[in-house]
Amino acid sequence: MSGGNQPQQTLRIRFTKAGKVRFVSHRDVARLFERALRKLRVPVAYSEGFSPRPKLSFGLALSVGHESDAEYLDLALASPIDVEALPAQLSEALPPGLDVSDAVVLAPGSPSLQQAVVRCDWHMELLGQNRDEIEQTSAQLLAADEILLERERKGKTAVVNVRPAIVSIEIVGPTDNGVAIRVQLATEAVSLRPNEFVGLFDALEGRVRRTHQWMIVDQARLEPIPGPSTRPLLEAAE
Amino acid sequence: MPSVWSQLEPLLSRVQKPARYIGCEDGAKAKVVDETLVNWCFVYPDTYEVGLPNQGLQILYEIINEHADATADRSYAPWVDMEALLREHQIPMFSVEHHTPLNEFDVIGFNLSAELTYTNLLNCLDLGGIPIRQSERGNADPLVVVGGHCTYNPEPLADFVDLVVLGDGEEVVSEITAAIASASLGHDSDAGARGRLLEELASVEGVYVPSLYEVTFDGPRTVSMTPMNGAPDLVEKRTIADLGEWPYPKTPLVPLTEVVHDRLNVEVFRGCTRGCRFCQAGMITRPVRERPAEQVRAMVNAGLERSGYDEVSLTSLSTADFSDVSSVVSTLMDDSEEAGAGPVTISLPSLRVDAFGVQIAAQLQRAKRSGLTFAPEAGTWRMRQVINKLIREQDLYDAVEAAYSQGWSRVKLYFLVGLPSETDEDTLGIAEMAKNCVAIGKRHTKRASVTVSVGGFVPKPFTPFQWFGQNTIEELQRKVNLLRDATRRMKGVQLKWHDPKATAVEGLGSRGDRRLGPVIEQVWREGGTFQEWSEYFNLDRWTQALADHGMSLEDIVYRHRTEDELLPWDHLSAGLHKDFLWQEWQEALAEVGLPDCRWTPCYDCGACTGFGIEHVVASATPPAGGSQGTGQDLSGDQGSAPVPVQLQVGGR
Repeated sequence: MSGGNQPQQTLRIRFTKAGKVRFVSHRDVARLFERALRKLRVPVAYSEGFSPRPKLSFGLALSVGHESDAEYLDLALASPIDVEALPAQLSEALPPGLDVSDAVVLAPGSPSLQQAVVRCDWHMELLGQNRDEIEQTSAQLLAADEILLERERKGKTAVVNVRPAIVSIEIVGPTDNGVAIRVQLATEAVSLRPNEFVGLFDALEGRVRRTHQWMIVDQARLEPIPGPSTRPLLEAAE
Repeated sequence: MPSVWSQLEPLLSRVQKPARYIGCEDGAKAKVVDETLVNWCFVYPDTYEVGLPNQGLQILYEIINEHADATADRSYAPWVDMEALLREHQIPMFSVEHHTPLNEFDVIGFNLSAELTYTNLLNCLDLGGIPIRQSERGNADPLVVVGGHCTYNPEPLADFVDLVVLGDGEEVVSEITAAIASASLGHDSDAGARGRLLEELASVEGVYVPSLYEVTFDGPRTVSMTPMNGAPDLVEKRTIADLGEWPYPKTPLVPLTEVVHDRLNVEVFRGCTRGCRFCQAGMITRPVRERPAEQVRAMVNAGLERSGYDEVSLTSLSTADFSDVSSVVSTLMDDSEEAGAGPVTISLPSLRVDAFGVQIAAQLQRAKRSGLTFAPEAGTWRMRQVINKLIREQDLYDAVEAAYSQGWSRVKLYFLVGLPSETDEDTLGIAEMAKNCVAIGKRHTKRASVTVSVGGFVPKPFTPFQWFGQNTIEELQRKVNLLRDATRRMKGVQLKWHDPKATAVEGLGSRGDRRLGPVIEQVWREGGTFQEWSEYFNLDRWTQALADHGMSLEDIVYRHRTEDELLPWDHLSAGLHKDFLWQEWQEALAEVGLPDCRWTPCYDCGACTGFGIEHVVASATPPAGGSQGTGQDLSGDQGSAPVPVQLQVGGR
């Protein structure tokens, strides 16, 4: 173990999850990062106690099978390191499809990813409906005052109005198998998961990719690490 | 070569744990299946999580991929949800590297570690588009090879497999590859070509071709096994003389998703000389061959650095017996500290039942001390002499005392019931031992607890107990109930047991003959896969299939065999003389123990002499400790005071 347990530096890392590795669970991704960091001898700070754990904190979980251009991870270090070199080194140490695109030093006292992120942008492919049908349903959803969804939680069924969680819907155009749309969904107060959103259409879920995560700071919309993360829609990553 | 990936991909969002099917492990080989090469696919007939860590498959996978003229992929039994989708969409079972259908390979190599996976083997063949019966396979179909501990009685699978490999696979896989390469079956339209290849392979040492033997029966007994077309009368197992020449796996597989034994594994020695009479692994893997300590160190350090794992297990049948194990462990801990990649845990798969075992555990586990596991196997000294697990009661209490006094709060004890000559007093001795262990623990911590785990004994081929009639389901259940009643009011004692019904079916696979083939096939056809998983195990399917084919648990499992009886595996050899095993059986019944031959003169079991090799150990001096370590006089003086053991705490 390197150094004490008091973090000397906290990093925020942005990474992609694409291709075959999208079928790996959130928990397994965490384990892959732990191993990659050990391989690189990055001086990760460890928790106290009987079984010390590396201090890694991931943002909102991505469902198994969904891809992302914009996953984030906060990482506490026991001693400062060269942040410049880290993205390339980590990408090399991680399996193909998990690529670290940026790493920055986080200002002390920054809010955690879980607290800060309030909205996500998604590219989704809907299968089984044509463009007109999807446009029509989208318009209906945006015009509605209420969209009631039944959710089961701890064995109890609750009816939730998820309309506030749908911020915007935009039709992108046809894909080989269906129609691509761009959607912004809220993740706090009332949230809506991508698969629940697709369920509002009479369509099946094709490829789904998170393109951006957004925080609201002083009424401005910011990404956890500023910077563009754009990639052509639904380009296969294998 | 064709790939099913594009068909598979849309289905992966519909199954549990889709990461099971994507490959991409660190250490996976990219070598592509190629018609001009000999293409192997190694299959573990259970889930990915259970199969991936299997060291045998990982070793052979690497050795084959190092060959210029061969490739190897891997595959694991798809879980029931995936199987349903594969069948619905008519997608064949595939390898995880390139998603190549199983029937595109030249050889399918199954690891057989457990009898309850036999129906899964049939299922994998069928899902892979390969005829399940070997007699129905032609030149274009892959050869089906099995290896692993269960192959010491492969007869129940004789209808389904082409080749059986006995013993260490490191050398023989290359010989099989060479034979297949020169036969080039894929390009041969001659109907006899496959048969000629099998005949040729039958002459390779360690390879058994079941279809080349005619077996006759009389009632439940085997009467004759007659080799045909030049097959040998006796097939000897393969043994590699020097483990140091085989530092495999060099690039162990590191999966993307969590698996069992999810850590670096480094085999420190193969074989065991303790001579526990119930233990098939200890008998069939003789002689002991230690890996040089320096190589262990190099493999651990390189493996940790490459994988990023924070845990390494030093594997063998009894790692505390590794020569100078304490200093090896110290060196490894120093190395990991120097490497500076965070805390590393070194673990041993089993602890020796004495204070020395705990001393090593304490040396290893400096931080977390939750539970320690010991395997006394039987509850009385009499019973332990019968099974030749020569642990004095005091050894266990010393171990337990050492464990609780050093901060462990939970001890797990493994026992067998249904052992030969077992009385209720022996069975209840298990509860008594557990009670005494808790009492020792309470002196150190209020939280002291003992988990007693009880398995039903299954007699195995090539052990002194191969003649013993297994306890019936009812008798095993009665013994479990005895223990349940006895421990019900014991504070701090928790009892767990293995389902006696599953034990009975394990007994079928363990000592059945080739007439069991149709029974296994029927159980599979009726949906009896994943029999190792209690939610899918169904005894009635087995008993019904047995009855439908005129067989019974009585004849195959519960029946005692006689000295003159031909056993279904008598044409195979693990190197052990049958008369040695019989003598050991008689000694067992006479309650006479036999000391560890590593530190006493040879008693000629056959394992060394037959192969012209010897136990390869770095030290002829027994390690310190109780009766488990020193081979000290066990004949009397059961009440002697324990020798105080100096325990190292908190490293150096």
